[in-house]
Amino acid sequence: MRWIKGIAVVAALLCLWQAMAASGFVSRVFLPSPIAASQALLNGLTHGNLGLLTLNTIEHMTYGWLLACLIGIGLGSLIGISSTLRAWLMPTLEVLRPLPASSMVPVFIGLFGFTPNMVLAVIAFGSLWPVLLATIHGFASIEPRLNEVGRMLRLSRAAFIWKIGLPNALPDALAGMRLALTVALILAIVGEMLTSQQGLGRAILFAARSFRSADLFAGVMLLGLIGLCCNALLAAVERRALSWQNHR
Amino acid sequence: MSGKWRGWVVPLVLVSAAEFAMHGVQSYALAAPSAAASAFAELAADGTLWRATFETLGSALAGVVLGGGLGLVLGLWLGLSRTVADAASLSVELLRPIPSVAMIPIALLAFGFGWRLEIAIIAFACLWPMLVLTKSAVAQVEPRLFEVAQVLRLTPMSSVLKLIIPAALPRIFVAFRLCVGVALVVAVTVEIAANPQGLGYSMILAQQTLHPENLFAMLAWTGLLGWSIGAGLLSLQRRLFAHYGGLQ
Repeated sequence: MRWIKGIAVVAALLCLWQAMAASGFVSRVFLPSPIAASQALLNGLTHGNLGLLTLNTIEHMTYGWLLACLIGIGLGSLIGISSTLRAWLMPTLEVLRPLPASSMVPVFIGLFGFTPNMVLAVIAFGSLWPVLLATIHGFASIEPRLNEVGRMLRLSRAAFIWKIGLPNALPDALAGMRLALTVALILAIVGEMLTSQQGLGRAILFAARSFRSADLFAGVMLLGLIGLCCNALLAAVERRALSWQNHR
Repeated sequence: MSGKWRGWVVPLVLVSAAEFAMHGVQSYALAAPSAAASAFAELAADGTLWRATFETLGSALAGVVLGGGLGLVLGLWLGLSRTVADAASLSVELLRPIPSVAMIPIALLAFGFGWRLEIAIIAFACLWPMLVLTKSAVAQVEPRLFEVAQVLRLTPMSSVLKLIIPAALPRIFVAFRLCVGVALVVAVTVEIAANPQGLGYSMILAQQTLHPENLFAMLAWTGLLGWSIGAGLLSLQRRLFAHYGGLQ
Protein backbone atom coordinates (compact mmCIF):
# COMPACT_ATOMS: atom_id res chain seq x y z
CA MET A 1 0.00 0.00 0.00
CA ARG A 2 2.83 2.36 0.93
CA TRP A 3 4.56 1.60 -2.36
CA ILE A 4 1.44 2.23 -4.40
CA LYS A 5 1.02 5.65 -2.81
CA GLY A 6 4.67 6.48 -3.39
CA ILE A 7 4.54 5.43 -7.03
CA ALA A 8 1.29 7.35 -7.51
CA VAL A 9 2.95 10.55 -6.26
CA VAL A 10 5.95 10.03 -8.54
CA ALA A 11 3.58 9.47 -11.48
CA ALA A 12 1.63 12.60 -10.55
CA LEU A 13 4.84 14.64 -10.42
CA LEU A 14 5.85 13.29 -13.85
CA CYS A 15 2.41 14.25 -15.23
CA LEU A 16 2.77 17.73 -13.77
CA TRP A 17 6.23 18.02 -15.37
CA GLN A 18 4.81 16.83 -18.72
CA ALA A 19 1.93 19.31 -18.49
CA MET A 20 4.29 22.16 -17.62
CA ALA A 21 6.57 21.33 -20.54
CA ALA A 22 3.74 20.76 -23.01
CA SER A 23 1.84 23.94 -22.11
CA GLY A 24 4.94 26.05 -22.69
CA PHE A 25 4.45 27.57 -19.22
CA VAL A 26 8.17 27.00 -18.74
CA SER A 27 10.25 27.48 -21.88
CA ARG A 28 11.22 24.22 -23.56
CA VAL A 29 14.74 25.55 -23.97
CA PHE A 30 15.47 24.60 -20.39
CA LEU A 31 12.64 22.25 -19.46
CA PRO A 32 12.24 19.29 -21.85
CA SER A 33 9.20 17.08 -21.40
CA PRO A 34 9.86 13.92 -19.39
CA ILE A 35 9.15 11.91 -22.54
CA ALA A 36 11.80 13.79 -24.50
CA ALA A 37 14.27 13.40 -21.64
CA SER A 38 13.72 9.65 -21.32
CA GLN A 39 13.95 9.27 -25.11
CA ALA A 40 17.29 11.10 -24.98
CA LEU A 41 18.35 8.80 -22.16
CA LEU A 42 17.42 5.61 -24.04
CA ASN A 43 18.88 6.90 -27.28
CA GLY A 44 22.13 7.92 -25.59
CA LEU A 45 22.46 4.57 -23.87
CA THR A 46 21.71 2.43 -26.94
CA HIS A 47 23.16 4.50 -29.83
CA GLY A 48 25.25 7.18 -28.17
CA ASN A 49 28.12 7.10 -25.71
CA LEU A 50 26.09 7.86 -22.57
CA GLY A 51 26.91 4.44 -21.11
CA LEU A 52 30.63 5.00 -21.65
CA LEU A 53 30.47 8.48 -20.10
CA THR A 54 28.69 7.04 -17.07
CA LEU A 55 31.44 4.46 -16.67
CA ASN A 56 34.08 7.21 -16.98
CA THR A 57 32.48 9.20 -14.18
CA ILE A 58 32.13 6.11 -11.97
CA GLU A 59 35.78 5.30 -12.66
CA HIS A 60 37.03 8.78 -11.64
CA MET A 61 34.87 8.71 -8.54
CA THR A 62 35.91 5.20 -7.49
CA TYR A 63 39.68 5.67 -7.95
CA GLY A 64 39.70 8.89 -5.93
CA TRP A 65 37.46 7.38 -3.28
CA LEU A 66 39.55 4.21 -2.93
CA LEU A 67 42.71 6.27 -2.58
CA ALA A 68 41.00 8.40 0.07
CA CYS A 69 39.79 5.30 1.94
CA LEU A 70 43.27 3.74 1.95
CA ILE A 71 45.02 6.89 3.16
CA GLY A 72 42.16 7.83 5.51
CA ILE A 73 41.95 4.47 7.28
CA GLY A 74 45.75 4.04 7.38
CA LEU A 75 46.51 7.52 8.72
CA GLY A 76 43.37 7.48 10.87
CA SER A 77 44.51 4.27 12.57
CA LEU A 78 47.96 5.66 13.29
CA ILE A 79 46.68 8.98 14.64
CA GLY A 80 43.67 7.49 16.43
CA ILE A 81 45.62 4.81 18.28
CA SER A 82 47.97 7.29 19.95
CA SER A 83 46.56 9.86 22.35
CA THR A 84 49.82 11.83 22.04
CA LEU A 85 49.50 12.20 18.25
CA ARG A 86 45.84 13.11 18.68
CA ALA A 87 46.70 15.93 21.08
CA TRP A 88 49.25 17.34 18.62
CA LEU A 89 47.26 16.92 15.41
CA MET A 90 43.53 17.07 16.14
CA PRO A 91 43.26 20.89 16.51
CA THR A 92 44.84 21.34 13.05
CA LEU A 93 42.58 18.69 11.51
CA GLU A 94 39.50 20.24 13.10
CA VAL A 95 40.35 23.65 11.63
CA LEU A 96 40.97 22.17 8.17
CA ARG A 97 37.80 20.07 8.19
CA PRO A 98 35.28 22.80 7.16
CA LEU A 99 37.49 23.99 4.27
CA PRO A 100 35.45 23.33 1.09
CA ALA A 101 37.18 20.52 -0.81
CA SER A 102 36.61 22.31 -4.10
CA SER A 103 38.66 25.30 -2.91
CA MET A 104 41.74 23.11 -3.34
CA VAL A 105 40.94 22.82 -7.07
CA PRO A 106 42.92 25.97 -8.03
CA VAL A 107 45.89 24.79 -5.95
CA PHE A 108 45.93 21.40 -7.65
CA ILE A 109 45.49 23.03 -11.08
CA GLY A 110 48.61 25.07 -10.30
CA LEU A 111 50.53 21.98 -9.23
CA PHE A 112 49.37 19.41 -11.78
CA GLY A 113 47.82 21.45 -14.59
CA PHE A 114 44.56 20.33 -16.24
CA THR A 115 45.52 16.66 -16.07
CA PRO A 116 43.77 13.45 -14.96
CA ASN A 117 46.07 13.48 -11.91
CA MET A 118 44.64 16.84 -10.88
CA VAL A 119 41.09 15.43 -10.88
CA LEU A 120 42.27 12.36 -8.97
CA ALA A 121 44.06 14.52 -6.39
CA VAL A 122 41.00 16.74 -5.91
CA ILE A 123 38.66 13.78 -5.43
CA ALA A 124 41.05 11.94 -3.11
CA PHE A 125 41.81 15.04 -1.03
CA GLY A 126 38.15 16.00 -0.69
CA SER A 127 36.87 12.57 0.26
CA LEU A 128 39.81 11.93 2.58
CA TRP A 129 38.44 14.06 5.43
CA PRO A 130 35.25 12.16 6.27
CA VAL A 131 37.13 8.83 6.31
CA LEU A 132 40.14 10.15 8.25
CA LEU A 133 38.17 11.94 10.96
CA ALA A 134 35.66 9.11 11.37
CA THR A 135 38.46 6.53 11.70
CA ILE A 136 40.28 8.66 14.28
CA HIS A 137 37.04 9.01 16.20
CA GLY A 138 36.46 5.26 16.03
CA PHE A 139 39.93 4.55 17.43
CA ALA A 140 39.67 7.28 20.06
CA SER A 141 36.45 5.79 21.43
CA ILE A 142 37.88 2.32 22.12
CA GLU A 143 36.64 1.01 25.47
CA PRO A 144 39.57 1.59 27.92
CA ARG A 145 39.29 -1.97 29.19
CA LEU A 146 40.10 -3.26 25.70
CA ASN A 147 43.40 -1.40 25.98
CA GLU A 148 44.06 -3.33 29.18
CA VAL A 149 43.11 -6.57 27.46
CA GLY A 150 45.60 -5.75 24.72
CA ARG A 151 48.33 -5.16 27.30
CA MET A 152 47.48 -8.38 29.16
CA LEU A 153 47.69 -10.39 25.95
CA ARG A 154 50.96 -8.59 25.12
CA LEU A 155 49.63 -7.68 21.68
CA SER A 156 52.05 -5.75 19.53
CA ARG A 157 50.80 -2.35 18.36
CA ALA A 158 50.11 -3.70 14.87
CA ALA A 159 48.21 -6.68 16.26
CA PHE A 160 46.24 -4.38 18.54
CA ILE A 161 45.25 -2.16 15.60
CA TRP A 162 44.29 -5.16 13.48
CA LYS A 163 42.48 -7.26 16.08
CA ILE A 164 40.88 -4.70 18.39
CA GLY A 165 41.24 -1.20 16.95
CA LEU A 166 39.97 -1.69 13.40
CA PRO A 167 36.89 -3.79 14.25
CA ASN A 168 36.05 -1.19 16.87
CA ALA A 169 36.46 1.70 14.41
CA LEU A 170 34.64 -0.09 11.58
CA PRO A 171 31.16 1.40 12.16
CA ASP A 172 32.58 4.93 12.19
CA ALA A 173 34.92 4.28 9.26
CA LEU A 174 32.10 2.83 7.13
CA ALA A 175 29.86 5.82 7.87
CA GLY A 176 32.75 8.08 6.87
CA MET A 177 33.30 6.09 3.67
CA ARG A 178 29.64 6.45 2.73
CA LEU A 179 29.82 10.23 3.17
CA ALA A 180 33.12 10.25 1.28
CA LEU A 181 31.56 8.54 -1.75
CA THR A 182 28.95 11.31 -2.02
CA VAL A 183 31.75 13.89 -1.87
CA ALA A 184 33.75 11.90 -4.46
CA LEU A 185 30.85 11.92 -6.95
CA ILE A 186 30.40 15.70 -6.55
CA LEU A 187 34.11 16.34 -7.03
CA ALA A 188 34.30 13.98 -10.01
CA ILE A 189 31.58 16.05 -11.70
CA VAL A 190 33.35 19.33 -10.84
CA GLY A 191 36.66 17.92 -12.09
CA GLU A 192 35.11 16.84 -15.39
CA MET A 193 33.42 20.23 -15.81
CA LEU A 194 36.75 22.04 -15.38
CA THR A 195 39.09 19.81 -17.38
CA SER A 196 38.72 18.03 -20.67
CA GLN A 197 38.24 14.67 -18.94
CA GLN A 198 35.52 12.56 -20.51
CA GLY A 199 32.52 11.97 -18.29
CA LEU A 200 28.97 12.93 -17.47
CA GLY A 201 30.01 16.18 -15.75
CA ARG A 202 31.51 17.52 -18.97
CA ALA A 203 28.70 16.06 -21.07
CA ILE A 204 25.91 17.86 -19.18
CA LEU A 205 27.80 21.17 -19.26
CA PHE A 206 28.25 20.82 -23.04
CA ALA A 207 24.59 19.86 -23.45
CA ALA A 208 23.60 23.02 -21.56
CA ARG A 209 25.91 25.22 -23.64
CA SER A 210 24.42 23.94 -26.86
CA PHE A 211 20.85 24.10 -25.49
CA ARG A 212 20.27 20.33 -25.78
CA SER A 213 18.08 20.26 -22.69
CA ALA A 214 16.81 16.68 -23.23
CA ASP A 215 20.39 15.35 -23.21
CA LEU A 216 21.16 17.53 -20.19
CA PHE A 217 18.28 16.04 -18.21
CA ALA A 218 19.23 12.52 -19.30
CA GLY A 219 22.73 13.09 -17.88
CA VAL A 220 21.39 14.53 -14.62
CA MET A 221 19.08 11.51 -14.26
CA LEU A 222 22.05 9.17 -14.69
CA LEU A 223 24.05 11.11 -12.07
CA GLY A 224 21.13 10.85 -9.66
CA LEU A 225 21.00 7.11 -10.37
CA ILE A 226 24.74 6.77 -9.63
CA GLY A 227 24.22 8.58 -6.32
CA LEU A 228 21.22 6.39 -5.46
CA CYS A 229 23.01 3.12 -6.29
CA CYS A 230 26.23 4.04 -4.45
CA ASN A 231 24.31 4.93 -1.33
CA ALA A 232 22.21 1.76 -1.44
CA LEU A 233 25.29 -0.37 -2.08
CA LEU A 234 27.27 1.02 0.84
CA ALA A 235 24.24 0.87 3.14
CA ALA A 236 23.97 -2.84 2.29
CA VAL A 237 27.71 -3.34 2.94
CA GLU A 238 27.32 -1.54 6.27
CA ARG A 239 24.42 -3.74 7.32
CA ARG A 240 26.32 -6.86 6.28
CA ALA A 241 29.62 -5.90 7.91
CA LEU A 242 28.04 -4.68 11.10
CA SER A 243 25.49 -7.45 11.57
CA TRP A 244 27.56 -8.73 14.54
CA GLN A 245 26.76 -5.53 16.40
CA ASN A 246 23.10 -6.43 16.83
CA HIS A 247 23.93 -9.66 18.63
CA ARG A 248 25.59 -7.94 21.54
CA MET B 1 43.83 22.23 29.49
CA SER B 2 47.60 22.46 29.92
CA GLY B 3 48.05 20.58 26.64
CA LYS B 4 46.34 23.27 24.53
CA TRP B 5 49.65 24.68 23.29
CA ARG B 6 50.32 21.40 21.50
CA GLY B 7 47.64 22.15 18.92
CA TRP B 8 49.58 25.23 17.81
CA VAL B 9 52.90 23.45 17.24
CA VAL B 10 52.03 21.55 14.05
CA PRO B 11 50.57 24.52 12.13
CA LEU B 12 53.43 26.78 13.21
CA VAL B 13 56.03 24.21 12.16
CA LEU B 14 54.27 23.68 8.82
CA VAL B 15 54.02 27.40 8.11
CA SER B 16 57.69 27.99 9.01
CA ALA B 17 58.73 25.00 6.90
CA ALA B 18 56.75 26.39 3.96
CA GLU B 19 58.31 29.82 4.50
CA PHE B 20 61.79 28.33 4.59
CA ALA B 21 61.21 26.08 1.57
CA MET B 22 59.75 28.92 -0.52
CA HIS B 23 62.45 31.43 0.45
CA GLY B 24 63.82 32.96 -2.74
CA VAL B 25 61.96 30.46 -4.93
CA GLN B 26 60.03 31.79 -7.92
CA SER B 27 56.90 29.70 -8.40
CA TYR B 28 53.65 30.08 -10.31
CA ALA B 29 51.93 27.38 -8.27
CA LEU B 30 52.97 27.93 -4.67
CA ALA B 31 53.66 30.96 -2.50
CA ALA B 32 55.44 31.63 0.77
CA PRO B 33 53.16 32.25 3.77
CA SER B 34 54.63 35.74 4.19
CA ALA B 35 53.79 36.57 0.56
CA ALA B 36 50.27 35.27 1.11
CA ALA B 37 49.94 37.40 4.27
CA SER B 38 50.97 40.59 2.49
CA ALA B 39 48.69 39.69 -0.44
CA PHE B 40 45.89 39.27 2.09
CA ALA B 41 46.51 42.76 3.47
CA GLU B 42 46.46 44.18 -0.07
CA LEU B 43 43.25 42.35 -1.04
CA ALA B 44 41.63 43.53 2.20
CA ALA B 45 42.77 47.12 1.63
CA ASP B 46 41.49 47.41 -1.96
CA GLY B 47 38.13 45.81 -1.10
CA THR B 48 38.41 42.77 -3.41
CA LEU B 49 38.33 40.44 -0.42
CA TRP B 50 35.23 41.98 1.11
CA ARG B 51 33.28 42.02 -2.15
CA ALA B 52 34.07 38.34 -2.81
CA THR B 53 33.19 37.44 0.80
CA PHE B 54 29.92 39.35 0.53
CA GLU B 55 29.01 37.55 -2.70
CA THR B 56 29.77 34.10 -1.30
CA LEU B 57 28.16 34.60 2.12
CA GLY B 58 25.19 36.46 0.60
CA SER B 59 24.32 33.62 -1.76
CA ALA B 60 24.94 31.03 0.98
CA LEU B 61 22.56 32.88 3.30
CA ALA B 62 19.88 33.32 0.63
CA GLY B 63 20.20 29.64 -0.30
CA VAL B 64 19.87 28.53 3.32
CA VAL B 65 16.80 30.73 3.80
CA LEU B 66 15.11 29.51 0.61
CA GLY B 67 16.09 25.83 0.61
CA GLY B 68 16.19 25.42 4.38
CA GLY B 69 12.86 27.22 4.78
CA LEU B 70 11.16 25.01 2.19
CA GLY B 71 12.81 21.94 3.75
CA LEU B 72 11.55 23.00 7.18
CA VAL B 73 7.96 23.38 6.01
CA LEU B 74 7.99 20.10 4.04
CA GLY B 75 9.75 18.29 6.89
CA LEU B 76 7.12 19.45 9.39
CA TRP B 77 4.37 18.34 7.03
CA LEU B 78 5.93 14.91 6.46
CA GLY B 79 6.72 14.52 10.14
CA LEU B 80 3.18 15.30 11.27
CA SER B 81 1.25 13.20 8.78
CA ARG B 82 1.96 9.53 8.28
CA THR B 83 -0.08 9.50 5.06
CA VAL B 84 1.89 12.35 3.51
CA ALA B 85 5.20 10.80 4.59
CA ASP B 86 4.30 7.45 2.99
CA ALA B 87 3.19 9.12 -0.22
CA ALA B 88 6.20 11.44 -0.54
CA SER B 89 9.02 9.17 0.62
CA LEU B 90 9.69 7.55 -2.78
CA SER B 91 9.85 10.92 -4.56
CA VAL B 92 12.21 12.25 -1.88
CA GLU B 93 14.44 9.18 -2.10
CA LEU B 94 14.62 9.54 -5.90
CA LEU B 95 15.39 13.27 -5.94
CA ARG B 96 17.70 13.51 -2.91
CA PRO B 97 20.71 11.60 -4.34
CA ILE B 98 21.04 13.95 -7.35
CA PRO B 99 24.42 15.64 -6.75
CA SER B 100 23.88 19.37 -6.29
CA VAL B 101 26.60 20.25 -8.82
CA ALA B 102 24.73 18.24 -11.49
CA MET B 103 22.05 20.94 -11.25
CA ILE B 104 24.56 23.65 -12.26
CA PRO B 105 23.98 23.28 -16.05
CA ILE B 106 20.19 23.29 -15.56
CA ALA B 107 20.33 26.41 -13.41
CA LEU B 108 22.76 27.93 -15.91
CA LEU B 109 20.22 27.48 -18.73
CA ALA B 110 17.40 28.86 -16.59
CA PHE B 111 19.12 31.80 -14.88
CA GLY B 112 22.43 32.51 -16.64
CA PHE B 113 25.47 33.49 -14.60
CA GLY B 114 25.01 35.42 -11.38
CA TRP B 115 23.34 35.38 -8.00
CA ARG B 116 20.27 33.37 -9.00
CA LEU B 117 22.31 30.47 -10.41
CA GLU B 118 24.28 30.12 -7.20
CA ILE B 119 21.33 30.63 -4.83
CA ALA B 120 19.25 28.03 -6.70
CA ILE B 121 21.98 25.36 -6.40
CA ILE B 122 22.59 26.13 -2.71
CA ALA B 123 18.85 26.01 -2.00
CA PHE B 124 18.61 22.61 -3.73
CA ALA B 125 21.53 21.32 -1.65
CA CYS B 126 20.07 22.63 1.64
CA LEU B 127 16.53 21.44 1.01
CA TRP B 128 17.15 17.71 1.54
CA PRO B 129 19.10 17.60 4.82
CA MET B 130 16.66 20.11 6.34
CA LEU B 131 13.63 18.12 5.16
CA VAL B 132 14.92 14.76 6.38
CA LEU B 133 16.24 16.02 9.73
CA THR B 134 13.13 18.12 10.49
CA LYS B 135 10.95 15.12 9.72
CA SER B 136 12.88 12.94 12.15
CA ALA B 137 12.96 15.78 14.72
CA VAL B 138 9.16 15.92 14.65
CA ALA B 139 8.98 12.12 14.87
CA GLN B 140 11.02 12.25 18.09
CA VAL B 141 8.76 14.80 19.80
CA GLU B 142 7.28 13.40 23.01
CA PRO B 143 3.95 11.79 21.94
CA ARG B 144 2.16 13.14 25.00
CA LEU B 145 2.52 16.65 23.59
CA PHE B 146 0.10 15.66 20.85
CA GLU B 147 -2.36 14.56 23.53
CA VAL B 148 -1.84 17.87 25.31
CA ALA B 149 -2.69 19.65 22.07
CA GLN B 150 -5.89 17.60 21.83
CA VAL B 151 -6.90 18.29 25.43
CA LEU B 152 -6.27 22.00 25.01
CA ARG B 153 -8.28 21.87 21.75
CA LEU B 154 -5.53 23.72 19.92
CA THR B 155 -6.03 24.28 16.21
CA PRO B 156 -3.48 22.33 14.12
CA MET B 157 -1.73 25.62 13.29
CA SER B 158 -1.30 26.74 16.87
CA SER B 159 -0.33 23.28 18.13
CA VAL B 160 2.49 23.25 15.56
CA LEU B 161 3.59 26.77 16.45
CA LYS B 162 3.20 26.47 20.25
CA LEU B 163 4.11 22.85 20.95
CA ILE B 164 5.72 20.93 18.09
CA ILE B 165 8.24 23.48 16.78
CA PRO B 166 9.49 24.48 20.26
CA ALA B 167 9.85 20.80 21.19
CA ALA B 168 11.72 19.93 17.99
CA LEU B 169 13.75 23.17 17.92
CA PRO B 170 17.04 21.83 19.31
CA ARG B 171 17.20 19.17 16.59
CA ILE B 172 16.04 21.64 13.93
CA PHE B 173 18.90 23.91 14.97
CA VAL B 174 21.36 21.07 14.44
CA ALA B 175 19.89 20.66 10.93
CA PHE B 176 20.26 24.41 10.36
CA ARG B 177 23.92 24.25 11.43
CA LEU B 178 24.51 21.40 8.99
CA CYS B 179 22.77 23.37 6.20
CA VAL B 180 24.99 26.42 6.76
CA GLY B 181 28.07 24.22 6.38
CA VAL B 182 26.66 22.63 3.22
CA ALA B 183 25.73 26.08 1.85
CA LEU B 184 29.27 27.44 2.23
CA VAL B 185 30.83 24.39 0.57
CA VAL B 186 28.32 24.43 -2.30
CA ALA B 187 28.69 28.20 -2.78
CA VAL B 188 32.46 27.91 -3.22
CA THR B 189 32.03 24.84 -5.44
CA VAL B 190 29.57 26.59 -7.76
CA GLU B 191 31.93 29.55 -7.99
CA ILE B 192 34.87 27.29 -8.80
CA ALA B 193 32.96 25.27 -11.39
CA ALA B 194 30.92 27.92 -13.16
CA ASN B 195 29.80 31.16 -11.57
CA PRO B 196 32.14 34.15 -12.02
CA GLN B 197 31.75 35.77 -8.58
CA GLY B 198 32.67 35.27 -4.95
CA LEU B 199 35.60 33.65 -3.16
CA GLY B 200 35.70 30.53 -5.34
CA TYR B 201 36.01 32.53 -8.55
CA SER B 202 38.63 34.85 -7.08
CA MET B 203 40.73 31.77 -6.25
CA ILE B 204 40.39 30.40 -9.79
CA LEU B 205 41.22 33.86 -11.14
CA ALA B 206 44.31 34.13 -8.90
CA GLN B 207 45.52 30.77 -10.18
CA GLN B 208 44.87 31.62 -13.83
CA THR B 209 46.61 34.98 -13.58
CA LEU B 210 49.58 33.26 -11.90
CA HIS B 211 49.21 34.98 -8.53
CA PRO B 212 49.62 32.05 -6.12
CA GLU B 213 50.04 34.46 -3.19
CA ASN B 214 46.50 35.78 -3.79
CA LEU B 215 45.23 32.23 -4.16
CA PHE B 216 46.67 31.12 -0.82
CA ALA B 217 45.49 34.29 0.92
CA MET B 218 41.93 33.64 -0.32
CA LEU B 219 42.21 29.94 0.54
CA ALA B 220 43.26 30.65 4.12
CA TRP B 221 40.49 33.25 4.44
CA THR B 222 37.89 30.78 3.10
CA GLY B 223 39.04 28.15 5.59
CA LEU B 224 39.02 30.63 8.47
CA LEU B 225 35.54 31.82 7.49
CA GLY B 226 34.13 28.28 7.32
CA TRP B 227 35.74 27.30 10.59
CA SER B 228 34.65 30.38 12.55
CA ILE B 229 31.05 30.25 11.26
CA GLY B 230 30.86 26.58 12.23
CA ALA B 231 32.40 27.19 15.66
CA GLY B 232 30.17 30.22 16.24
CA LEU B 233 27.00 28.28 15.46
CA LEU B 234 28.13 25.40 17.67
CA SER B 235 28.69 27.66 20.67
CA LEU B 236 25.36 29.40 19.97
CA GLN B 237 23.69 25.99 19.99
CA ARG B 238 25.33 25.10 23.30
CA ARG B 239 24.19 28.36 24.84
CA LEU B 240 20.62 28.24 23.49
CA PHE B 241 19.93 24.59 24.21
CA ALA B 242 22.15 24.02 27.26
CA HIS B 243 19.21 22.52 29.13
CA TYR B 244 18.68 20.01 26.37
CA GLY B 245 20.88 16.92 26.75
CA GLY B 246 21.83 14.31 24.22
CA LEU B 247 22.55 16.65 21.33
CA GLN B 248 25.78 16.38 19.45
